[in-house]
Formats: sequence, C-alpha cells, structure tokens
Amino acid sequence: MPLIAVDGVSHTYAAQRRPVLHDVTVRLDEHRIGVIGANGSGKSTFARLLNGLVVPDSGTVTIDGHDTRRHGKQVRQLVGFCFTDPDAQIVMPTVAEDVAFSLRRRDLRGRALEGRVADVLTRFGLGGHADHPAHLLSGGQKQLLALASVLVTEPALIVLDEPTTLLDLRNAALIADLVAGLDEQVVLLTHHLELLDGFDRVLVFDEGRLVADAAPTEAVEHYRRLMRAGG
Amino acid sequence: MSLLGLYVPGASILHRAPAGAKLLGLVGLAVVSQLLGLWWQRCLLLIGVLLLYPLARIGVGFALRQLRSLWWVLATIAVAQLALAGWQLAVSVVATIVLLVLAAGLVTLTTTTTALSDVVVSVLGPFRRFGVAPERVGLLLALSIRAVPVVLGLAEQIRDAQRARGLPIRPRAFAVPLLVRALRHAQQLGDALIARGLDD
Repeated sequence: MPLIAVDGVSHTYAAQRRPVLHDVTVRLDEHRIGVIGANGSGKSTFARLLNGLVVPDSGTVTIDGHDTRRHGKQVRQLVGFCFTDPDAQIVMPTVAEDVAFSLRRRDLRGRALEGRVADVLTRFGLGGHADHPAHLLSGGQKQLLALASVLVTEPALIVLDEPTTLLDLRNAALIADLVAGLDEQVVLLTHHLELLDGFDRVLVFDEGRLVADAAPTEAVEHYRRLMRAGG
Repeated sequence: MSLLGLYVPGASILHRAPAGAKLLGLVGLAVVSQLLGLWWQRCLLLIGVLLLYPLARIGVGFALRQLRSLWWVLATIAVAQLALAGWQLAVSVVATIVLLVLAAGLVTLTTTTTALSDVVVSVLGPFRRFGVAPERVGLLLALSIRAVPVVLGLAEQIRDAQRARGLPIRPRAFAVPLLVRALRHAQQLGDALIARGLDD
C-alpha cells in the first residue's frame, strides 16, 4: 500500500480566519482507513490534501514519496477521489462516455477503449446502462458511476468523501459492499459509523485537530464521547 | 428517452453515420433552406427532415415535443410576419426555423457528445498555433450539454422548496438561489475535473 505522510500540516481558507486544519501529523499505510468527525471538523480538507486539491499553507503531504505541492500530476495518478455528490463529478452526458473520459490520457482507442469501459461498467453493475443519460440514473447508480470513473484509471489509493451521505439505506449498503471489496488502499470519510467495521485504522478530527487515531471500535467510541460532550 | 435533445442510443443508419458528416449535412441543410425561396419548397424540406426521424427509429411525436418550448417564439414570429409580409413569408420563415431545430435535434439525438466534441477538436486543430486549445473547446461543449439536466434539476428543487413553504413564485426569489446553486455546482465540478487530472 502507498505510504501517506502528512507532516505538520496547517491550513486556513482565504475566506476564513480560523485554521481548518491545525498541525496535523500522521503516517498511513494500512489498507482501509476511516476518517470521522463532525461537520466542519476538517476531515474533508484532510481528504482534499491527499490528492492535491488543497495544498497546505504549511507542512507537507506526500503520497508514496510524491509531494502534493510539487508533484500534483503524479499524485493524482496515484490517488482517485470520489465526492459526496456524484452529480458534481459526472462530467459527460452518458454513462460510458463518463468512464471513457477518465481514460482520455491513456493510449486507448476504438475497440480497446470500448472493451475497457464495458468491463468496468459490468463490474459495477452498470453494463446495461452504457448509453444511458447519466442524469437519469438513480442516486445509487450515479455514485456507482462516479466510483467506476475513478477506479477505471487504476489508482493505488482511493479517497471517498462521504459517498453514502446522499443515498438511501439500500444504495448505501451497495456502495459499502463495493468499497469493502476494493483491493486498492481506501481512505473513507463517513458519518455512517457502521461502514468502518473491519477497517484497519480510524482517524477522528475535531476542530481541525487529529484527536484520535485508533482501531475502529476505540475511535468510534472516542467520537461518540466527543459528540455527547459537545451536545 | 430524453426531451433535452441528448443522445438516444440506437443502431440506425443515422446513429452509425460519422458525426462530421451529420454536422456538415446540417450546415448544408441551412444553406439549401435559404436558397429555396418558395414557401412550399421549405415545407417539403421540413417534411423531409421529419421523415428522417423514423429512419433514426425516433418517433415523429418525440420530434415535435422538442418544439414545445419554442411555440411562443414561433407564434410571435408567425404573427409578426403575417401582419408585415403576408402568409406565404410567415409560413416560409416558421418552416425554416422548425426544420433547422428538428434537424439539429436529430444530430444530437443520434450522436454521442464524445463524437461531437471529437469533430470540434479536429476542426479546431489548425488553430492550435494561434493559442486555441481544441480539447478544451470540446470539453466545454460536453460540459454544456451535461449542464442542461443539472441546472433543470436545481431549478426543480428550488421550485419544490418554495412550494413546500407556500411561497409564491417570484423571479428574484427563484433566480438568486438558482444562481448560487449553479455556481456551487460549477465549483464542485471544477474540483472534480482537477481531481480527474484535467490540468495534468
């Protein structure tokens, strides 16, 4: 698994005064890593650091030795990113075209490209929807498409920013099963704490600080205590 | 089937025809329609375009539904032409607009966005030396087509939210949240494009 190294990272968005992340240091090389925290705790910013969507004000983030500040291209080849709202990341009008869009930089044309797209769509249960307009898919299917479009590029690490938040229970379970079966290293941000069962490590963020870093049971219990204390 | 003029999957002869040829045909049709001066000639051309829909295995009713949002424009033009230039010119002008809209619709209904943007990329290729980025223009075309259902969806959400709160529909109360949400969507889409390596 790639080594994610976050060293002394602090970050403040231009429109804000308070840092959204404050002196975060962590090294991660496990297969499945969960990230939890209240809204505004800094966990989404932490996720965005991992593929260079956010470059920290201070400190460094490296993925397998590639600094996100200097080697953005290499980092993005290693790290796939799946957003909460699939509508915001589906770029092309039809299902197959969106998956093919991810492969535009590869030397794939004609039948080879079609075959690769068809394989991925079949793997994600979208084989019968290849020419379907993406906006007519159900919420779960859209999230599957978003995931397929990321995974088709074969990233070593995939960051999932609350992929089940907008989904009903059935579709959330579908995505959870799929994530559980991924061979790639996974960093999953979620409010659905049951998804973290079987994870190797869970980070808890609170007010921009990494406040717990433990096995799922212990980390979730810490988070629950934190939320009860805050309420 | 989509009423938004988006691609309808199929294997008809029109689906299989090269996108460049279809776009060229569309341009040719526009030229011919201007060269034909008589109202009945343009009506015949319109019938010809309508007959292409069954050839693409798309119903004529579906074709005509594409005109629903244009009816008030067509009616205004027809009335104005009728008053100023007589019924023959009114028929001629309206038939020309309808046939071109239907023909353009047929091209987008039978051609994938990727194929259309590939044509744009190759046509703009020679302009690379002048600083034009053909791939960007092609992507812009794809994003514009993709944005139509997204923005319509946002508009529907806002209308529903206003109805749920019992608010009357006022243009400003509708336009401001729509603009804010559309901008937020654009920001998220920009992030997604960066995450998918657009700038790399």
